[in-house]
Amino acid sequence: MEKQSIMEFQRPFLSGRRTSAVLSILVMGAGQLNNRQYGKGIVLMLLHFAGLYAAIAKLPHALWALVTLGETPARLEKVGKLYQQVMGDHSIYLLVEGLIMIFLMLLLLAVYVQNVRDAYRCAKLGEAGIPLHTFRQTLHFLLDYRFPQIAIAIPVLGIVFFTVMPIVFMILLGFTDFTRNHMPPAQLINWHGLETFLDIFRLRVWSETFYGVTLWTLLWAVASTLTCFAAGFAIALAVQQKDIRFKKFWRTIFILPYAIPLFVSTLILRNVFNGQFGPVNDYLELMGFGRIPWLSDPEWAKLTLVLVNMLLGFPVIMLMIIGVLSTIPGDMYEAADIDGADGLQKLRRITFPVVMYTMMPILIMQFVANINNFNVIYLLTGGNPVNGNYQFAGHTDILITWLYKLSMEQGQYNFASVIGVFIFVILSGFAIWSIRRTKSFKEERL
Amino acid sequence: MKKRSFRTAARLTSSYVLLSLAALFCVYPALWVLLSSFRPGDMLFSETLLPTSFTLLHYRQLFENYPFAQWYANTFKIAMISTAISTVLVMMTGYVFSMFRFTGRKNLMSMLLALGLFPGFMSMIAVYILLNQMNLLNTHAAVIIVSAAGAPLFFLFSKSYFDTIPRSLVEAARIDGAGHLNTFFRMILPLSKPLLVYVVLMNFTGPFTDFIFARLVLRTPEKKTLAVGLYDIVTDRTKLQFTMFAAGCVLIAVPITALFLLLQRYLVAGLTSGAEKG
Repeated sequence: MEKQSIMEFQRPFLSGRRTSAVLSILVMGAGQLNNRQYGKGIVLMLLHFAGLYAAIAKLPHALWALVTLGETPARLEKVGKLYQQVMGDHSIYLLVEGLIMIFLMLLLLAVYVQNVRDAYRCAKLGEAGIPLHTFRQTLHFLLDYRFPQIAIAIPVLGIVFFTVMPIVFMILLGFTDFTRNHMPPAQLINWHGLETFLDIFRLRVWSETFYGVTLWTLLWAVASTLTCFAAGFAIALAVQQKDIRFKKFWRTIFILPYAIPLFVSTLILRNVFNGQFGPVNDYLELMGFGRIPWLSDPEWAKLTLVLVNMLLGFPVIMLMIIGVLSTIPGDMYEAADIDGADGLQKLRRITFPVVMYTMMPILIMQFVANINNFNVIYLLTGGNPVNGNYQFAGHTDILITWLYKLSMEQGQYNFASVIGVFIFVILSGFAIWSIRRTKSFKEERL
Repeated sequence: MKKRSFRTAARLTSSYVLLSLAALFCVYPALWVLLSSFRPGDMLFSETLLPTSFTLLHYRQLFENYPFAQWYANTFKIAMISTAISTVLVMMTGYVFSMFRFTGRKNLMSMLLALGLFPGFMSMIAVYILLNQMNLLNTHAAVIIVSAAGAPLFFLFSKSYFDTIPRSLVEAARIDGAGHLNTFFRMILPLSKPLLVYVVLMNFTGPFTDFIFARLVLRTPEKKTLAVGLYDIVTDRTKLQFTMFAAGCVLIAVPITALFLLLQRYLVAGLTSGAEKG
């Protein structure tokens, strides 16, 4: 009897799981109220009306903004007897505002779908006579069993608004005519389809720069990754030899370039390699050699970049390889000794394969990172010396520094965006492919 | 036997020569800037490596001509707050991806990893407008929010570290009645000290070196950070004083370098734990 009444109490007002679901479709939370889940219902309903208000008040404007990017340009208007500058629509602001609105609406839509599913599911449970959670129980359930989703939602929300949304914005810019000549608020910008993407390949100045810079980017990434690895490996091997003394002292010294903030050390090295006043050239002259145009000659500048990057980048590799070396069991070397292997053979047959096995994914990540190695190039040469045949790029510019120049210095926002998309497509494909192959990504837990 | 000892000696000598040469290259730039910062005059050029006379004038000038003390305070403030938030976010993201299985997990991971490859400043214009809408331009909150929001993208490292912690440990804590947050803060974090130190260090150095985004957002002199201030001093062609720049470099590099060298042990542990996992 007692049990009967509890079940009675749990029954939805209007029976039928469809009814609850339909109610939830009409107004978020209504289905939950019908299921007698008051707390949840009220929260959802509040959200519903807030969302409805936003959708009615803001959504049409946002859609209009995204489609047209503004219709009234800034203009002179007669106010009384005088002409006055009147502000028109600001296309860029409209685009961003529109995007924010779309993202908020998508978020709301996700809640909405969940709400309908929840109303349906709970009504079904209620019909079966299973007591539904109270509001307090719901919260507990969420924190207990939905913890991963809730915990991950916080960082994901931050990323959606400060990374995804800006990236979408940037990609969209590639489909507009947003350049220095079309600058809001003075002018409106317009959608112009794939024009910019085609122009990069169609116009000779652009395509020549694009191919040249891309080639150097790849060359740079390969060279800088390999040099860092070789130097790091060599130093790690040298330091870890059994009979080398003061190991900790050497390690500390070699960490130094890594410990000094990259931004500071690169600026310092720019002065060290200064062609006119830099100490390196002074010493060279003192020793009877000629001065070397470290940063002003295209080929020397490229070499200097690789050298400097090696100096700044080898410590991390060295630390990692030292870590790997310490995991190789000593009896392997002893066995090799008994078999009469010499040092070189031990290196080739034992050390190298083990190190490569662990370091391969890291090398691939380093390669990817070097394609985007903005700091070293921007701070050391700034992409210079200037190349007369290039469009807004110098001899040592890689794609990412060229992109920076295009958007921040030259105001060629749409071209910059196309380069950005290009870099992104190459890198993400490459990186995801390599990361998915690493052990850490596959499910092997201890 | 004799031949063998000769070879050992040759190997050792060449190793020491190689190490000393490499050490020279590593130490020289730092030493050169340190010495330059004490040199009188403001030129890059100098006859000798060791200055003939020492002066602290350039350090004093930094504090007198620029709000350098204020920049220091700003940088520390931003670094501390954003490190605290970022660290919790990164560790939590890595923890969730490592310990739990839920729908969409792998796709989400790939997505975040791909987004992490996108250099931040490529989308700076949009972030700038977003901050403008939120009325956050020229505030430190803007720098903190943006760096904390971007931090979880680099979760892979902490995830691989947590992968080595047996899941049964977490399950035991849960059975004993510890909530998820309790398990994370009371058990997991203390267990991952090397990782924690590594993540804190990496996040802490960010504001000391970010001169691109921070420079876009922080406009007035009293709001600037060290990196922005120093970069502006360097690029100000009208009164470029090399020795003062050197002094600035020393002042920025000292706290970070000291931290790195002090925490070296953890750094090696953190780096290699990620490496061993592969």
